[in-house]
Parts: sequence; C-alpha cells; structure tokens
Amino acid sequence: MRSGFGNSVVPVLTMVAALIVIWYGAAIWLNSPVILDRLSREGITPDFFGLVLRTWSYNRPIMPAPHQVAIDLYNSTLTLAPSNKRSLIYHAWITLSATLLGFVMGTVLGVALAIFIVHNRAADRSLMPWIIASQTVPILAVAPVIVVLFFNLLTGQNLIAQALRLNAEGAQLVSKGVISMYLSFFPVVVGMVKGLRSPELIQIDLMRTYSASSFQTLRLLRLPAAVPFLFASMKVGVAASLVGAIVAELPTGAQSGIGAKLLIGSYNGQTIQIWSALILASILAGILVAIVGLVERASVRVMGARP
Amino acid sequence: MSRLDPLLAFLAAVAAIGSLLLPIGFNAQLPVVSWTNVAHLAYCAVVVGAVGVCRMRIPAWLSGIAALGGAVLVLSWLDQFDAAGDGFWLLLTSMWFMAWAFAQRLSTDPGAARKGVIGMLVPLAFGATILVAWEAGVRGGNVPLVIMPAPSVIWARIVANTAMLWADFQQTFLKAVLAGYILGNLAGLLIAIAVDRSPFLKRGLLPIGNFVSALPLVGIAPIMVMWFGFDWPSKAAVVVLMTFFPMLVNAVAGLNTSGAMERDLMRSYASGYWSTLFKLRLPAAAPFIFNALKINSTLALIGAIVAEFFGTPIVGMGFRISTAVGRMDIDLVWAEIAVSAVAGSVFYGVVALTERAVTFWHPSIRAGKT
Repeated sequence: MRSGFGNSVVPVLTMVAALIVIWYGAAIWLNSPVILDRLSREGITPDFFGLVLRTWSYNRPIMPAPHQVAIDLYNSTLTLAPSNKRSLIYHAWITLSATLLGFVMGTVLGVALAIFIVHNRAADRSLMPWIIASQTVPILAVAPVIVVLFFNLLTGQNLIAQALRLNAEGAQLVSKGVISMYLSFFPVVVGMVKGLRSPELIQIDLMRTYSASSFQTLRLLRLPAAVPFLFASMKVGVAASLVGAIVAELPTGAQSGIGAKLLIGSYNGQTIQIWSALILASILAGILVAIVGLVERASVRVMGARP
Repeated sequence: MSRLDPLLAFLAAVAAIGSLLLPIGFNAQLPVVSWTNVAHLAYCAVVVGAVGVCRMRIPAWLSGIAALGGAVLVLSWLDQFDAAGDGFWLLLTSMWFMAWAFAQRLSTDPGAARKGVIGMLVPLAFGATILVAWEAGVRGGNVPLVIMPAPSVIWARIVANTAMLWADFQQTFLKAVLAGYILGNLAGLLIAIAVDRSPFLKRGLLPIGNFVSALPLVGIAPIMVMWFGFDWPSKAAVVVLMTFFPMLVNAVAGLNTSGAMERDLMRSYASGYWSTLFKLRLPAAAPFIFNALKINSTLALIGAIVAEFFGTPIVGMGFRISTAVGRMDIDLVWAEIAVSAVAGSVFYGVVALTERAVTFWHPSIRAGKT
C-alpha cells in the first residue's frame, strides 16, 4: 500500500502542476474577451503581457486565476476570527456540523439496518430492493425541499417538535443532517450486509458448536469480520454526507454554510468567492476521508492485524 | 420457518380485536364504532380464525389475502371520520403485522424464494404496505399538507398537471440529463482509453480522479450557469463534469482487468493494439463501465436538477421545485419528486437491463439465472 503510494507521488504532482497550468491558460482564454472589451472602451490596446497579467488580476473574472482563489481563501479563513460571519471557517463549521451529525446518524442507521437484514430473511427480501431503489431517487436534487419539510416538522405544532424542543438553529441543523443521513446510510448498509455475511460457513458452524447465541455470534464473529467493510463504506459515506449538507443549504433560506455561500456568490457574481468555497469544500472532503482512514488504521492495529 | 411467525400472527390478532373494541374514529367529537361494519367484522374473524385454526402458522396465501383485505378496509375507513381513533391505528398495525407475516412466510420458504414472480412479490408487498401506511397515517392523523401530502393527493396533482410536468421533464431530462450523460460518459471513456496507453498518466490521474469523485462537484453548478447561460446547456455541462470522473476511474480500472494470459493469447494471434482493445479489453471492461454508467445515471439527474436552482428559463424540474417550495405548494413539489424518482429508477433500470444483455457472460449475471 505504502510503496504504491510512493510510486504515484511524482505522477500525481505532475498532473496537479499540469492542471494548474491549464487553469491559468483557461483564465486567460475565458477572461480576455471581457478585458479586451473593457480596454477597447477606454481606448487602450494592450500588448500580450499586459493582457495576460490583467486576465489574472481582474476582480470580477469569469474564471479566476489559482492565486486569486488562494489569496481569497487565505483572507477569508486565516485573517478573520472564526466567529466572524464573513469568515469561511464559520460557514465551513456550519456545514461540517450538519455533515457530521448526518454521517453519525447514517452510519448508526446503516449498521442497525444491516444487522436486521442479516438476521431476518423477510427484511432482507423486502427491504434490500427498496434500499437500492432509494438511491436511484435523485433525493439530493430535492434536498432543499426535504430540509424545508423537516424544518416545518421540527418547529411546527406536533408531537415530534414538542418532544425535541429544538430552536430554529437546531432544527435547521437536524433537517440538513437528515439529507446527509439519507446519502450516507446506503453505502454503510450495503457494505455492512456484505461484511456481516463475510465469515465463512465453517466459522459460523464453529460458533454453533460452541452453542453461541446469535447475539454472541454477532458480537464475536460477524462484527469484527465486518470492520474492514464498515470503514470502506464510511469513506464513501462521509464524502456523500458532505455533498448532502452542501446541497441541503442551497436555495431554501439558509444564510450560512458553504452551500449558502455558493448561492450568495452566484447571485452577486462573486466568482472568486464561489471558487474559494468550492476549494474549501474539497479540502474538507479530503480531510474527512483522511480522518476515517486514520481511524481505520488505528482500529485495525488495535484488532491485531499485521501490516 | 422462524420463531417470528407465530408472534406476528398473534400480534395481528390482538390488534384486530383491539380495533373492534376501541372507537375507530371521531366525527365532530362523536366516536364512530366499527362493530356495525360487516367488512371490519369479517377481517377480524378471518385473522382471529386463521390464528386459531392454523395454530399461529398461517400459510402465505391466507396472510396475503388478509393483509390485502386489511389494507382495503383501512383505506375505506378513511372517508368515514374526521379524526382517527385508537381503533384505526390498531387496525393499521394489525394489517402491518399480517403483511409482515406474509413476507416472513414467503421469504423463509425455500421453494417460493427461488421463483421469479414470488420473489418479486415480497418487495412489492412491502412497497404497497408503506404506501397504505403513508396514506392512512397522513389522512387519519390529519397531518398538515405543508409537512407531508398523502399519496392520493400527490397522484391527483400529477394527473391534473401532466402537461406541465411533461414540459419540465423534457427540459431537464430529455435535454440536459441525456446530453450531459452521453457527453460525459463518452469523454470519460475516451480519455480512459487514451490514458491507458501511458502508465505515467494512469498513475497520476487515478488518485486525482478518485479524489475528485468524492468532491462536492455539484457546487460547480453556479459557475456553469454563469458560463453557459440559463438554458439547458449549462445543466448539461454540470452533468458532463459530474459523470466524467466516475467513468474515467472505472474505465481505467476495467481496462486493466484482462489477464496476462488472455493478452498473450491475443498477441499469439498477432492481434494489434486496436483489435485487442475492441475484442478483449473493452468487453472485459464492460462490467466496470456499466458500474460507472449506473452510478452516473443518478448523478446526472441530481446534477441537472441542482443546477436549475441557480437559474433557469421558466421551465424545468429544478425550477418548478424551487418556486413551488417558495409558494408552499408542497403537493406540486412532491409531484415533481415522484416524477424525478420514477425517471431516476427507470433510467437506472434501463442501464441495468442493458448491462445484463451486454455482459451476459459475467459470473454475477450468470449466477442470477439458475
């Protein structure tokens, strides 16, 4: 695993460098018509270098240059206090909290469903097709609606709202988390069902000869066997939950969060802000997946696997 | 035969008796009783009788009929009161347990599980039970429309607005999704074939492709709307971007699956790069390519609808959803959700069926046919 990674460092870095070069080129190509148009109105005909430098430093570009995005990202994260509403860290935290809530709910739901499915054939046959079908429904596309519905449900006059007693902020958080949960439970169910069934017949028979109850078989054999599957699914699930949380923030009145930042940026034509929000979201996705990977390594080591 | 069977039957019978004794609903505060209703009495008699006669092990056909009758009974009660009483919820519970017993019996019976039609019956019964419970729960519990409309209301809305829904479907699905899906997958496949010739590019692009597949690429939508305008090409562009990377990663992995032995065989036939590609490596990659096509079928629909949130002409599923939410026109929103759900499932189904036809040789498909 590690040697494979070492082999691909140089190619990956080359690719990233190539992408950045292409990005700069695209910035020239896409921005130059606007710049030329503006300059011709002012009666200036720039030389090539002047044009290129202008396309890379225009403040409302069609395609911002990488360094512009990097500077904006730096300014909006590290120079502002995290509690400042203009800080991207603040928005990222709002999104991240919904992501994590949804991810935890989705993982718990997924594991519970998988255990149920493995132990009950009727559940297997009636639930599994619908769980798969549930993912062909473009729920992410209607996520903002689901958020509004859950928000109404959680703040309205009904038993659930009265039981939970959330304030508006909490209700917003939970309703976004529901979308993340919907997206992240699926990989967990599928992976865990596979994982819980991964012990071989001979091992299950051994448990039976020990007269182990099905709960003991679950705890001592099936769950440990399913751990690698769980982590593989959780990596997919955590990325999906982040996407869910961002989309859930899109059109429906969310004032903060990365999704809201994207929407506000698109209404105001602030391309640089959109790009820096996107880059931050990508960094978050990378960090989340990496954290799951680290936990995986640690838990595998605790469980006694040799690398 | 499982231990759950008798328990489910017993609970169904208890709930049925309870639904007779408790008021089924209230009309202007006056309780409505069910023991004057012949159908209700018949249902309870069948359930209790079946539990008694079969000693709690009800055969599948009987529990199926009982569950179906219970569902019809539940739905017929809905019109006869303003607010549901405890008896109604017990009746719903009884019907739910009957349906569960039916599914339990069918799926633990080794003979029935293998037959195609009966195998389909269990998930279908589950779906139908959910629909009945949804309808009964929403209408019986007087859930406000804003939170959740009943399936019948959504269906009525779909029937009433077919023309508008069709126009939205055309704009979003037939133009943006299909164009973007075809372009994105084709581009991903072609780039994968190109990259495949260079191990350096492959090692460089694969980790990036894997990483990008995990990114929230939908976020690119506002930028695409800015570049390509409000009409469908901007949505297609989002779809292209979203579908490109899964296809690239899967196709590169797929092109590597053919074994050294098979490649050597092709070489011994003096087959060149292109004929090896078309006769061996692409067919071998087909399961991977179809995997990407299946993942992308959902992604494409998501990308197109989400992109419409950032600006559209006045037609399109995403546009309709966002404006209908603004007007709290929730049944229209659900009608659009239903259309998109059906479109997504059918799209997926078509790709999956094509896969079965194309990769008929693959073990995962052959195992399906015994």
